[in-house]
Amino acid sequence: MMDNGFSSPRKDAFPVGLRVLVVDDDPTWLKILEKMLRKCSYEVTTCGLARDALHLLRERKDGYDIVISDVNMPDMDGFKLLEHVGLRWIFLLLNASDKMYSCHLTVMSVDGETSQVMKGVQHGACDYLLKPIRMKELRNIWQHVFRKKINEVRDIEILEGMESIQMARNGLDQSNDGYLLCGEDLTSVKKRKDVESKHDDKDPGDNSSTKKARVVWSVDLHQKFVEAVNQIGFDKVGPKKILDLMNVPWLTRENVASHLQREGFPLMQKYRLYLSRLLKENDTKISVGGIKHSDSPLGDSANSFGTQNSINIQQNDVSSRSYGFSGNSLLVQNVEPRSHDNERKGIVSKIVAEPKRALTVEVPDPHKPRSSQMEFGHSLTSPASEVNYAEYDSNFPTKFSWWEIPQSRLKQEQKPLHLDDGFSHLTWPGKQQHIQVDYPQPAPPIISGSSVTGRGMGGSVKIKPLYDECRKNGSQPEKSGFNLRCISDLESAQKNINWGMSPFATLDDDFQVRWVQGDCYAMNLGLENIDFPEYFDRGLLADVPTHLYDAVSFDYQNLYDPTECSLIEQGLFIA
Amino acid sequence: MDVIVQLQRQIVDFTASLYREGYVDDQFTQLQKLQDESSPDFVMEVASLFFVDCEKLVNNMARALELQAVDFKQVDSHVHQLKGSSSSVGAARIKNACIAFRTYCESQDREGCLRCLQLVNHEYAQLKIKLQTLFRLEQQIVAAGGTIPVLQ
Repeated sequence: MMDNGFSSPRKDAFPVGLRVLVVDDDPTWLKILEKMLRKCSYEVTTCGLARDALHLLRERKDGYDIVISDVNMPDMDGFKLLEHVGLRWIFLLLNASDKMYSCHLTVMSVDGETSQVMKGVQHGACDYLLKPIRMKELRNIWQHVFRKKINEVRDIEILEGMESIQMARNGLDQSNDGYLLCGEDLTSVKKRKDVESKHDDKDPGDNSSTKKARVVWSVDLHQKFVEAVNQIGFDKVGPKKILDLMNVPWLTRENVASHLQREGFPLMQKYRLYLSRLLKENDTKISVGGIKHSDSPLGDSANSFGTQNSINIQQNDVSSRSYGFSGNSLLVQNVEPRSHDNERKGIVSKIVAEPKRALTVEVPDPHKPRSSQMEFGHSLTSPASEVNYAEYDSNFPTKFSWWEIPQSRLKQEQKPLHLDDGFSHLTWPGKQQHIQVDYPQPAPPIISGSSVTGRGMGGSVKIKPLYDECRKNGSQPEKSGFNLRCISDLESAQKNINWGMSPFATLDDDFQVRWVQGDCYAMNLGLENIDFPEYFDRGLLADVPTHLYDAVSFDYQNLYDPTECSLIEQGLFIA
Repeated sequence: MDVIVQLQRQIVDFTASLYREGYVDDQFTQLQKLQDESSPDFVMEVASLFFVDCEKLVNNMARALELQAVDFKQVDSHVHQLKGSSSSVGAARIKNACIAFRTYCESQDREGCLRCLQLVNHEYAQLKIKLQTLFRLEQQIVAAGGTIPVLQ
């Protein structure tokens, strides 16, 4: 497969051969765009119908770097295509082992009305071009891809990330003018990393202190939290932003960060459900890394969310992506308690330039065994946690209720959870939270805004550490017995995770999951009856499982679905 | 040589008039810039595509406006399409006619729409003739061994 990514830097100009898929029902425009793009030395594929484009995008999952789509098309407007395609892209990326680029969707429009532009951006378009399009604009579209990559790497604290940037930079240096962006981006990336690493260093200290402090997230407080998230836009959330909006003087950023990690799970779940719904509609066979799984189980739950949940993929919003991604990764993690580091690394590096860092949303040192660690992000990785969950007959509904999942449903035995048949057990927040203290890896995935999150890469990165954690957890005496169970859980979870992963994993920073307002409100519904006093009980790490379950009210019985674990497992190592 | 020079001058003058009279705009220039050895008839091909599309859309509009109960949204959608199409080739006059057309669609003014339709049709016919003239001149130059002058 042709690699246009960093993984295979070319001697010639970077954008040469950039694979573009153009979708426009106007034959005149299609011809012109094709010509223009060819002049840019891009590899062009044209589609006169959105459904043809969808078909192409699904068939050749990693076949395109950028999709340029007209907004006004008879069979499907550009936004809809973006929605569908966006999901696929995630998927594609996951499949594309060494592919460093994700598809960007550029939406064009003749009128350029602001509302259309916003809609395009909301839906995840990387850029909005107005017709008539200038050559210069097309020449620059590759920058989106590059920028996305840079952003993905940005949050990676590891040197490998920097290396990849260097690689790209070297590759870019050889290209023509117009690549000035590279230098700037690299610099800003570096700066960002420096800042973030410094920031992170500080956090651990704070976290340890807050560890002891118990923040009771009352319904009111949580309400404020969710409203803040809504306001900011799920794909752009970050502890700081939320904190600012919440206007609760005594609340600290760490509190919010932890809560975000914790609560991010349901949000991510929603996203996944939405994905599953869309995927079900569009393609029942999603195979990531060769693993096929039917998303039918998910479909039900996803459908429950209705069409309201539009997954808006935002540009450059790593957080949202990572959020979703983390959710997926979480699932994966659970499924594969003993995943091989190498494999995970491989996966990770494929998607991200060696993102060693787990997704961290401004979360202090993840290695700290804080309760926050048990958050969603962490929990995924510990299979032991899964097992523990199984032992607890907690009702998960509190979390699910946010997702409009009837509690009764959740408690149904042997019945797929409303949320997500396959995912239910995977996405148990409780499960995740159950993650042990030992789990050093932070569970940032959920929150966007912080580093790794958002980007698909972040998610992949996360996976890695999660697995490590799982292993560690698994090795622990008290958990060893659970490992087996965890694995099976993971396996069944895998099935569902796969597709979840795909969309998330491949989500690059340009794709942000934005939770529709309605979703958040739905979440609020459940809040009324939910009190999460235990969420910040970091001191009870050892008791996390129990404790978590109480808070999470998660019913693991129903979630356990051994048949699905394998998929996830396989999915993890998609190369 | 004289013939070529003459033809070239003709083309330059003619093209200038096209711009001056608003038949085409800068987009048309862009199209010409896209034309190269790999696609020597690019502009002509695009123009042909446009004219075909234009005819189709005009017919659709006419049919929609003939109905007892005119679906103005439908008409507007056709006009919008034509507007996009015309902007692709730089058919400025047609594009402007479309802009006016849409306002009549919005106000659901059937008479106004019909008038606009007539205008659009007229502009389309005019542009077709103009461009065909231009292409013919270009072909003559090439046939005479000369090169088509690049407009600045």
